[in-house]
Amino acid sequence: MRVDFHTVFPLRRGRVHEAYGPGSVGFAVMSFAAMAASGACLWIREGWLSDTLTPQGLLPFFDPARVLLARPKDQTDALAVAEEALKDGAVPAVIIEITRPLNLREGRRLQLAAKAGGTTGLCLISEGMGSNAAETRWHVAPIFTTQSEDSTLMRWEIKKNKSGTNGAWNVRWDSKTRRVHVVSPVGE
Amino acid sequence: MFDGIRKRVVCMWFPRLASDRVLRARPVNGPFAITLKSNNTERIYCLNETAEGLGLTRGMSFADARAFCPDLISQPARPDLDARFLATLRRWATRYCPWVGRDGLDGLVLDVTGSTHLWGGEAEMLADIESRAMRSGLTLRLGCAATRGAAWAFAHFGTGTASLTDLPVAALRLEEATVTALQRLGLRSVGDLAEAARAPLTRRFGPDLLLRLDQAMGHVPEPVTPEVEPPRFATRMSLPDPIGLTEDVMGLTARLLTPLCDKLNRYEMGARRLTLTLRRVDQGSQQVELRLAAPLRDPHRILPLFERGVGEVDAGFGIDQIRLEATHVEPLAVQQIGSVQTSPDQLNDLITRIGTRIGLENIQRLLPADSHIPERSFTIAPAAFSVPRSAWSCLRPRPLRLFPPEPIAGHGAEPPARFRWRRMSLTTGRAIGPERIAPEWWLPDEAWRSGLRDYWRIETREGRRLWLYHTPQNPGWFVQGEFA
Repeated sequence: MRVDFHTVFPLRRGRVHEAYGPGSVGFAVMSFAAMAASGACLWIREGWLSDTLTPQGLLPFFDPARVLLARPKDQTDALAVAEEALKDGAVPAVIIEITRPLNLREGRRLQLAAKAGGTTGLCLISEGMGSNAAETRWHVAPIFTTQSEDSTLMRWEIKKNKSGTNGAWNVRWDSKTRRVHVVSPVGE
Repeated sequence: MFDGIRKRVVCMWFPRLASDRVLRARPVNGPFAITLKSNNTERIYCLNETAEGLGLTRGMSFADARAFCPDLISQPARPDLDARFLATLRRWATRYCPWVGRDGLDGLVLDVTGSTHLWGGEAEMLADIESRAMRSGLTLRLGCAATRGAAWAFAHFGTGTASLTDLPVAALRLEEATVTALQRLGLRSVGDLAEAARAPLTRRFGPDLLLRLDQAMGHVPEPVTPEVEPPRFATRMSLPDPIGLTEDVMGLTARLLTPLCDKLNRYEMGARRLTLTLRRVDQGSQQVELRLAAPLRDPHRILPLFERGVGEVDAGFGIDQIRLEATHVEPLAVQQIGSVQTSPDQLNDLITRIGTRIGLENIQRLLPADSHIPERSFTIAPAAFSVPRSAWSCLRPRPLRLFPPEPIAGHGAEPPARFRWRRMSLTTGRAIGPERIAPEWWLPDEAWRSGLRDYWRIETREGRRLWLYHTPQNPGWFVQGEFA
């Protein structure tokens, strides 16, 4: 019995989720676009990370003016900023790029802050850095097909789900309607 | 005038204001000059007495002056600092009378009517002004007369006990051309001018000449305009007994905030930066600075933002004086009550709160920029000091993430069929391109020294979708971005 995609995908509000894998940034962008039609998104990434998010790349997903970037100097500050923003509720979504594994206390505090503010948090982690407190954990990887010209095909796989079972879907992004579509996997 | 009181006006002229300002801070013994660059030439703007004694004059070119006087010490002019110095002098001059205005770039004018007796008479007051100016190293020339025009004339041209009619016509604040023309007519002194027929003079020189004469003679009034002090947004409180609890300090801050915000409201201003200074009993002081993301004057919203800063203060043996100042204010118009616009306020409050922890300039937003170079097609600006704009244009797909170019092995103009990137072995499945982007030659950029770039969108069989480029003028392949 597999879980229905629509019960898990617009990520549950008031919770902190996790994503990892090569397509995790794309997952973050798509889940924010599916989550909130208005309001800003606070994107927290440490100041020393050299790569940048490009607004032109965000354009197919949502208006880049909705992104607020916070550049704290280390992860302690990043988590403090995340907790503050989750608790406040002024922004519907907070995306945090995690550079070292969270311990139980940190994960739980983020979860409580998200609950207090009714805000959704999403941690972008590296593989194996998952925290026990996360509501769901997704593995995201882009996939290549020779069958279609579509270049947004991805495989999303729930690896952990606190209130449901796991599942895996092939999805693609429709930039005209700005929605995520589930596509059936190609037969072997 | 005011029944029986004779109007008296004092004009203070600082002929060496610019050089005196510099020499007060750092005296020199030899000749000294201030230079100002105008019309592509350094010219002498102001100079001290020694330099004048050596034959240097104002307006002389600096190269000539150095040829005359090789040991001339000089400094470039700072008109902004001179203006600020004159404003300070204006505030100082209000000790003699409340009616003080500025007169040109290097003078003050005081309406001392009815305030001379406080100094024991007019002569004593002038002597006091002169001695104080001399003690502080300022060259000062004073003129005191019944009208502003006459006071100006005595300050600039008065010698000894000459009367106004003996002074040259230049003492009437006239233009250079008018003065020359008058001298050609044989009207050399103010007295000559006063006796001449008025109608032909007006016809020839316009009404301005006789207006100046009448103002100096007192036939036409000329008021002194005092300057208003800019409002200061600061409150303070001294305590009979020292306090040390955080709640007490917060309570006092709340009491100081209310009058401060009332004053801000009166002037329709909002605080952008607030400084809370806590002085301890041992005379040490600590400051809590609060930078706000948007101008604000609502005490209920400002107070909680101080909590973090006040909590970090070390009270020592107690705090006995507390001062709150809005060091940076911005205009903030009053708003109608009842307009439902809570969301931007809430977001600004969040930015302020985060900004007190990581610095307000570290909360950024993306703004469009006009360039086809991928790295320069957007700018990152602090969110608190910019407004969001949505004028984005994007003709071709662009990667979601952009990183500094990472070289890969590859030959030729076609993308490599297999390559290694970040320790991964990747196979090209589909390549879309090339898209040629030329460097912007008008902006020097190290990264674009290698010339043209041919960008390719590469979909690898392993899944990752990368943005590669080839530099045909300087053969090489690089990875610069990754798509969603």
